Amino acid sequence: MALPKVNAVIIGSGAGGGIVAKELAQAGLSVVLLERGKWYSAADCRKDDLRNQRTTVLGNGFGPDDARNPRVLVDENGRERILLASEPGYNNNAACVGGGTQSYGAQAWRYMEKDFRMRSTYGAVAGSTLEDWPISYQDLEPYYEKAEWEIGVSGDDTANIYKAPRRKPLPMPPLPPNREQQLLQPAAKRLGYHPFDIPMLRNSVPYNGRPGCMRCRWCVGFVCEVDAKCGTQNTVIPTALSTGNCELRTECMAKEILTDARGRATGVAYFDAGDRLREQPADIVVVSCAAIESARLLLNSRSKLFPNGIGNRYDWVGRNLQGHTYPRAVGLFDVETYDDVGPGAGVAICDFNHGNPGLAGGGMLANEFIRLPYQFVNYVPPRIGRWGKAHKDFMRKWYRRSMAVMGPVQEMPVFDSRIQVDPKVKDYWGIPVARMSGRKHPHTLEIAAFTVKKAEAWLKEAGAIETWTVVPGPGLSGGQHQAGTCRMGNDPKTSVVNKYCRVHDADNVFVIDGSVHVTNGGFNPVLTIMAIAYYASDHLVKEWKGTRFRS
Amino acid sequence: MSVNQISRGAPGRRGVRRRKFLGASVATAAGVAAGCGSSRSPWRFLTAREAFTLEAICQQFIPADQDGGAREAGVVNFIDRQLVSHYRRFQDAYRSGIARVDEISSARFGKPFGELTQERQAAALAEVEKQERAFFDMVLAHTMQGFYGDPRHGGNRDWVSWRMLGVPPLPVRGRRHYDFTKPQSA
Repeated sequence: MALPKVNAVIIGSGAGGGIVAKELAQAGLSVVLLERGKWYSAADCRKDDLRNQRTTVLGNGFGPDDARNPRVLVDENGRERILLASEPGYNNNAACVGGGTQSYGAQAWRYMEKDFRMRSTYGAVAGSTLEDWPISYQDLEPYYEKAEWEIGVSGDDTANIYKAPRRKPLPMPPLPPNREQQLLQPAAKRLGYHPFDIPMLRNSVPYNGRPGCMRCRWCVGFVCEVDAKCGTQNTVIPTALSTGNCELRTECMAKEILTDARGRATGVAYFDAGDRLREQPADIVVVSCAAIESARLLLNSRSKLFPNGIGNRYDWVGRNLQGHTYPRAVGLFDVETYDDVGPGAGVAICDFNHGNPGLAGGGMLANEFIRLPYQFVNYVPPRIGRWGKAHKDFMRKWYRRSMAVMGPVQEMPVFDSRIQVDPKVKDYWGIPVARMSGRKHPHTLEIAAFTVKKAEAWLKEAGAIETWTVVPGPGLSGGQHQAGTCRMGNDPKTSVVNKYCRVHDADNVFVIDGSVHVTNGGFNPVLTIMAIAYYASDHLVKEWKGTRFRS
Repeated sequence: MSVNQISRGAPGRRGVRRRKFLGASVATAAGVAAGCGSSRSPWRFLTAREAFTLEAICQQFIPADQDGGAREAGVVNFIDRQLVSHYRRFQDAYRSGIARVDEISSARFGKPFGELTQERQAAALAEVEKQERAFFDMVLAHTMQGFYGDPRHGGNRDWVSWRMLGVPPLPVRGRRHYDFTKPQSA
């Protein structure tokens, strides 16, 4: 059944879609924001160690549900499996209003200038589609600033000598350091590193009408109990709704983008909360479902003019799936390091993001968020078995005397690490599911092996009496940092969207989320997704004020 | 410990009443619960015999010492509860896997797993790890979840593991104990 036409329909209310909704609604466009999940509140925090968005052994805390949302994973050995949404390998982000921003750890990084010029900086890397972005850090700088002030970021990166220039400081001071930071900060300085307080999308003081962090240990993976974490669900989305121009529809699952005989999008077909198939006509369609689901939606939107899916004329949709490779160093200490003061992560260094001899990049290093007891089960060194008295003794002795330093390695994009739609498996609504395949580039693992040694040295300098390192295996990356599947570029033959996030071969379809990242930085990607959303919206609104999109 | 002892001893305090009630009412309907092995099982999915074996496995994974182990934490209660909810898909794996463990220990030591000495249980379990790796890994993961996870799911009784680790069990900070107007210090 077709509904009244609106100016823009946005699919997905996460970091990207939430911001686009607000920007377009404020500019006077009528907007429908579709979200497949529910709208949770602070009361849904639950503090459940086994069912949240980071530890999902008893299900995803904030979607999607296991019953209706399978995916297919083809692992690095070619073995094919159907996965439930809460199973490892599913590469889940979230399905709820706010998307991943509702339960994230909330690190708020600006990428560095070189992160937008990886190909120019390092040259071609064999087996990788490493490329420059069509936009620069300078293009995004004002929008990074806007994200920091509108959504809300605390922290202090003045001591980070590697950071790209910023015009304005962060709006909120950092949280006072916990015990880990008190040990790691001076140790980094002694090593000649340049430690600083991690920028976080978390109120350290009352801001935007919400309180400051109460420093509990249930942070990453949880909805904040006091609403101190800043996501799109408690900032821009309420603002969008308050304009009167935006309607948010939750539990609505997009099926496909509809197109006319000229190849222009006419709207979106979706299943509403009662599983009824609806059509929402619109002048503009914005896809903001995160890298895996955005690619899936484009690929599922087939027609005579787009036999392989919208934007997929040259077979680039779904390609270059990236996440982050997280090597980890763990150290044991003869002093207590645990003070039960969340969120845990607080100090970082950018000394190894670039300029590492013989390596095409690197990554930021920071201390890990508080490890809940069940998570610590897998933080044992190889010399301790997986079970029995030795394992229990280890847990008891070291839980409060251990630290982990880790960081996201910027990955070398791989053309064959990709999302397709599965030819057989369908979800609850009968929509073909995402089929994930591929592996990490070997050079990514080489970089990880390098940065993890630096992390280990940092722990040793901080007084660790025993250390060990863990580097991830070669399997596909993605997860909550998923990116890259609808690459931004000037050449329609080697990218999916142009530098304003418009799909090359469909005039009024936009992809605005991490999918457009050419490379994914050596940082948590969310602030960049937010900056791109502000930047692309800005351009979209300017174009709208002409007559371009009106049909 | 015998099969009967574990039937009475294992469930958490809250669960006891419900299970006694179930046991009593189901007892008269023997045969209805065909395939369960024992109509008197106080458990939701497991038979009393299976629970006996499973608890011995879990206790090998996390033995009791100055702090309680898997048994004291109610890990089997956690697993049994999940087997009729989120882990329903593992029912068959548990049923056949536990039977295999008893087979392996009977073949090697002439007795089912739960009746072996601690040393022989450890030896039999090492054998299980070799022969039935998927089952072994699954039970190990679920044991850790039941012991170190949130008590609301039926394990970690009395916060036994959190007290052992020195993690404050009850968060006293919360929306009723917190002054929103001031920035919090570490």
